[in-house]
Amino acid sequence: MKMDFIVDKQTKTVSITKEFAFELSLVWDAYTKQEFLDQWWAPKPLTSRTKVMDFRVGGRRFYAMVSPDGQERWGLQKYTSITPKTNFKLFNTFADENENPELPGSDWDLNFSEQDGTTKVSISIYNESLERLEKMVEMGFKEGTMSQLNNLDDLLAKLSREKESE
Amino acid sequence: MRRDIFQAIADPTRRAIIALIALQAMTPNALAEHFDTTRQAVSKHLRILTECELVTQDQKGREIFYSLEIEKMKEIDKWLEQYRKIWETRYSQLDDLLAKIKKQEKEK
Repeated sequence: MKMDFIVDKQTKTVSITKEFAFELSLVWDAYTKQEFLDQWWAPKPLTSRTKVMDFRVGGRRFYAMVSPDGQERWGLQKYTSITPKTNFKLFNTFADENENPELPGSDWDLNFSEQDGTTKVSISIYNESLERLEKMVEMGFKEGTMSQLNNLDDLLAKLSREKESE
Repeated sequence: MRRDIFQAIADPTRRAIIALIALQAMTPNALAEHFDTTRQAVSKHLRILTECELVTQDQKGREIFYSLEIEKMKEIDKWLEQYRKIWETRYSQLDDLLAKIKKQEKEK
C-alpha cells in the first residue's frame, strides 16, 4: 500500500507515512519485536542483525546492518517513550561495535492507528543536522562505494551481480 | 572543517540569498539591498555558502559576482531521494513479511 515521504528542510524533519492492509497488533509487533525487525529493517542486500533488544522505556536496540561481504555498521536506538499499540519514541544514533554512540543523533516519533482494517504508521524523524542523512544513506549501503555511483539502482544492480559471482 | 551543507540552507537569509542568485549572479552590495541587514552580514553568509561550494565567485573588474551552483543543490535532493528509496525497499519487505505471517497464521 502507499507510502508518503516528505522532507521539510526548514524544520529538518523527515516524515514517512505508510499504510498496511493488516491489523494494528500485527504491524505493531513487526516494529517492536526483534525477530520480525531483523526480517525487514535492512534494505536488501543488507541484513539486519540485532544483538540486544529490550523494548521498554529506557531500553534499547543495538543492531548491525551487515553487507553481503560481511561488513558491519552498528546502530543504537534508545526507547524514550512507549504507549502500547499507539506510539513510541526513540533516539537513534550510529555506534561503534562496543555500543558507544556517535553523536549527533535523531529523534524518532512513531504513531500507529487503525481504521477499517488498514493500519497507518507515521514516522517523523527530526535530525539536528540533516547531514546525518548522508550518513544514514551510507549506512544503508556498502560504505565507500556510494560516491562513485549515481544512484541506488546502479548500486543494487552492482551488489546483486557481486553476490551472484561469489 | 567540512561545512554542513544542510546547515547552510537551514538559515532563512541564506535561503533567500540562494533564491536571489539562482536567477542571476549578484554582488554582495546588490544582495544587501534586499535584506534588512549589513553588507558584512551578507558577506558572512556568502562566505559560508562558498565554503559549502553552493556558490561560485566571478571577479568582474572591481566587483565580485556570486552565482549559484545548481548541481550542488541537486545533490541534496539526490541524497534525500536515496533515503526515500531505502524506506521504499524497507517497507516493501515489511509488506511481504506481514503477508507471510498472516498466511502462516491461517494455515495453523
